[in-house]
Amino acid sequence: MDKVVHSLREAIELAGVKSGMTVSFHHHMRNGDFVLNMVMEELAQMGVKNLTVNASSVFDCHRPLIDHIRSGVVTKLCCNYMAAGVGRAISAGLMDTPVEFRTHGGRPADIVSGRTPIDVAFIAAPTADTMGNCTGKIGKSACGSLGYAYADAMYAKKVVVITDNLVPYPLTERSIDETYIDYVVPVEAIGDPAGIVSGTTKITRDPVGLVMAETAAKVIQASGLLKDGFSFQTGAGGATLAAAKYLKDIMLRDNIHGSFGLGGITGYMVDMLNAGCFQKLLDVQCFDLKAVESIRQNPNHSEVSAMHYASPDAKSAAVDSLDVVLLGATEVDLGFNVNVHTDSSGSIMGGSGGHSDTAAGAKLAMIIAPLSRARLPIVRDRVQCISTPGSTIDVLVTQRGVAVNPARPELKKALEDARLPVCSIEELKARAEAICGTPRAVRHGKKVVADVIYRDGTVIDQLYNVE
Amino acid sequence: MRRSMLFLPGNTPNVIQNGDVLGADAVIFDLEDAVAPDQKDAARILVRNAMTFLDFSRVETIVRINSVDTPFWKKDLDTILPLKPTLIMPPKTSAAQDVLTVDAYMSQLEDKLGMARNTVRLIPLIETALGLENAFQIAAASSRVAALFLGAEDLTADLRCKRTKEGEEIAYARARMVAAARAAGVDVYDTPFTDVNDDEGIRVDTEKAKSLGFTGKASISPRHVPVINEVFSPSQRDIDYAYEVMEAIRIAKEQGRGAIALRGKMIDAPIVNRAKQTIEAAEELGLGRSDI
Repeated sequence: MDKVVHSLREAIELAGVKSGMTVSFHHHMRNGDFVLNMVMEELAQMGVKNLTVNASSVFDCHRPLIDHIRSGVVTKLCCNYMAAGVGRAISAGLMDTPVEFRTHGGRPADIVSGRTPIDVAFIAAPTADTMGNCTGKIGKSACGSLGYAYADAMYAKKVVVITDNLVPYPLTERSIDETYIDYVVPVEAIGDPAGIVSGTTKITRDPVGLVMAETAAKVIQASGLLKDGFSFQTGAGGATLAAAKYLKDIMLRDNIHGSFGLGGITGYMVDMLNAGCFQKLLDVQCFDLKAVESIRQNPNHSEVSAMHYASPDAKSAAVDSLDVVLLGATEVDLGFNVNVHTDSSGSIMGGSGGHSDTAAGAKLAMIIAPLSRARLPIVRDRVQCISTPGSTIDVLVTQRGVAVNPARPELKKALEDARLPVCSIEELKARAEAICGTPRAVRHGKKVVADVIYRDGTVIDQLYNVE
Repeated sequence: MRRSMLFLPGNTPNVIQNGDVLGADAVIFDLEDAVAPDQKDAARILVRNAMTFLDFSRVETIVRINSVDTPFWKKDLDTILPLKPTLIMPPKTSAAQDVLTVDAYMSQLEDKLGMARNTVRLIPLIETALGLENAFQIAAASSRVAALFLGAEDLTADLRCKRTKEGEEIAYARARMVAAARAAGVDVYDTPFTDVNDDEGIRVDTEKAKSLGFTGKASISPRHVPVINEVFSPSQRDIDYAYEVMEAIRIAKEQGRGAIALRGKMIDAPIVNRAKQTIEAAEELGLGRSDI
């Protein structure tokens, strides 16, 4: 007896998916994922309606969701991140029920607690055996870590593993084990590994980005946190990665041995591990194929679940041990609140992901952003969406100055002592507006298109349709 | 103190608006080679507006106008001179007459605008074989000339030799430019290093320029600016030695001694002058004597 079924249709029928249920997906194949579309198409053909899709992230490759929403197959969406391809349609008012945005830590916490129960989880697995033991580290579609899929596998009522590399039992180098898996479906391809690589995993060559990055590294140094045992997370943005490069130079020059690097892992973090900047990498998702190669081969590069990474309900999570996190922003306001959900016109093009989790956990949460983008100041009176509350942000680094949250006077003094260009966030706003002028307020409609749910479960903001 | 000069294409608003934060002592708004003929008007207007509305008080501003054999240079000056850039850079300067031509027109404009003569000075760009041979006459042609600038890309084309990273082909040009500029009492700037990805190459090239006597160096990439600034700043060792020289002078004067020795070496006037220049430069950069 094994758990292999002949077709996706059979697995769906056996799992008992019915109208009104919740199905879930993880996003480790990122923009190369085939599984969400494959499953939703099958469900649509079966005539299932009124589904809730709980996907850890929605990428542009998932645009077919728009048609499933229009046809009533999907009536509710939950995710932690939504790229602009689907985001624009949502912002245009596509859905009657607001999208629920959570964080990478909040999502598994809500699944574990039962606040967002999952009926059937579909796990895209680059390799699985006939009983459902599975991993992302090997196979033609290897994506590395399967960190976001753990909660789905462990707490969904039924779990279907979909793989394009079925191997004989037992797969001992597994991520998720058979005890959670109901059915295994072999398919031709679960995704295109090239789509794992985000366009933002390269170090910026933009001179302004490099100025900000160098300043950011100096801020970290001046904060006093850069010493043996240092722990660090950076996003996949070009400027934040460049800051990691400057940081690496300082660490190697001053012989500083860090403890761990965390989060979504890029090849650059792998380089830092290999150079001795860190002892370990804790990896919830791989951002590029170099990271995939590393997690497969290097025992010091290990996979963590999203609960372990960032759950606010866990007895402890890795973000709570983090010294410094470098984060991006589309807007920051005078209260240091950060928007990473919408573009300047208020249209959805992102989401918190681990932004607010790491900002809450890290001793130093730093935003790196240029003072203006496309002639629009990034410092505003009030952000269009509070993705991450300002109370958890310590410093904003721009090319024209560094603003420290007034709640951190000791940090401000340390940066001033290091002769960094410290100023108030009001001054940064004035400097941006002196160049760009004051932008007109964005007009939005009255229909709520998304609720932004903070990691503690409160609705921290709501997004409205864009007119 | 002008150690680094960073070229910014005159038709790139995003780069221009951030020109003052890229670390260079001076920015060069380029209206010449970086701008296609059909974009000259747009670039001129963009640079004018940038200099009018943005704050470049943290850097010196230099504008490379078009050469005197084009129909653009007078319009460039008409537009830019009222904004009082630190320097105007006329390219392809091959003879003293080129300087005098620009100088005369700038004087006319200054008179018309009610500006004092020589408010805006010149940094002629020497990038032809003829210009190189006339370098001293160019530097000495007018009191408006503040510095010379070597442009090796066009020069090597004119010399019909290949431009290399090692720069052996411009060794003569570099030495000649330094001698000409110093003889005329003006500063002298080295050509950009054009491989923006060669971090070691820019350092070697900059150190070579400094060793030959250049005042500073131009750059086409912000990535090169920190190295140029570092190399053309006095080292801590130089600063400490300069203070030691001045201290030895003070003590000798107090003791009424004429001949002064430091670490067994006689201190003569050139050494004292160099020490003074080093201390001046260090003070301008906020650098002090190390704690000994």
